[in-house]
Amino acid sequence: MNKFISLLAGIIFGIGLVISEMINPEKVLSFLDLFGNWDPSLAFVMIGALIVSSPMFHLIKNNKKPLFTDSFNYSKNKDINNRLIIGSSLFGVGWGLGGLCPGPAISSIALLNINSITFVVAMFVGFYSVKFFKLSS
Amino acid sequence: MNIVNFTPITATVGGMIIGLAVVMFFLFNGRLIGISGIAANALSEKNNRFDNLFFLIGLVIGPIFYTLFTNKEINITISNSLILLIIAGLLVGIGTRISGGCTSGHGISGVGRFSLRSIIATITFMIVGILTVLIKNYI
Repeated sequence: MNKFISLLAGIIFGIGLVISEMINPEKVLSFLDLFGNWDPSLAFVMIGALIVSSPMFHLIKNNKKPLFTDSFNYSKNKDINNRLIIGSSLFGVGWGLGGLCPGPAISSIALLNINSITFVVAMFVGFYSVKFFKLSS
Repeated sequence: MNIVNFTPITATVGGMIIGLAVVMFFLFNGRLIGISGIAANALSEKNNRFDNLFFLIGLVIGPIFYTLFTNKEINITISNSLILLIIAGLLVGIGTRISGGCTSGHGISGVGRFSLRSIIATITFMIVGILTVLIKNYI
């Protein structure tokens, strides 16, 4: 049952990326173009997601356990360190160069766009290299 | 600064749908969505492997369902060269694993639970992203 929820959550997330147009890198880059032709939409996507998820998170976390699994399982890492800043900065450079972050990039595989597929392959090489060199958080 | 192509309503509605996916995954499966982590672990970790794979499959078929039900075409524009996209992909892959999250994991799930770590990560990648676009477009 929890696998069905995973599939459904992925589908809903993907539809949200399409409706909000975050699947389109040009729209994301336009958000990052704060000093040029700025499109504030991405901020509204985050606000919309947070309005729904944040209050529900704080309610649900007090439940004894999730409905379909045995325990809650999410990162409680509180470390604020160089790795957090360096990693986020590298991500920011990549995000600003391509306009793609992991969710929209994977979702856009559906459109069979050679550019986004190339990006996703490179991204997975990045994931693996961090694992290989044991640098992951 | 000129404000262009601003679509506040579809952005907010789309964001709320994304929020719904986060709530569902948490309520039923007890996990918070962070796509870089799910994707990186799907192929390399045995733990939750099928949950992760099913989520990723869903993420890809979401846009296909959208097109089937609405009959609307999804248009995206990626105007970068392949070399630049490879560099960008590597940086996104490496950066998100070193910092432990991306726009979804830190930006939505982490900020939503008021994690200072995630708030700092989100501010960092936003500022660096804005500076990168500034340098790329204007210098």
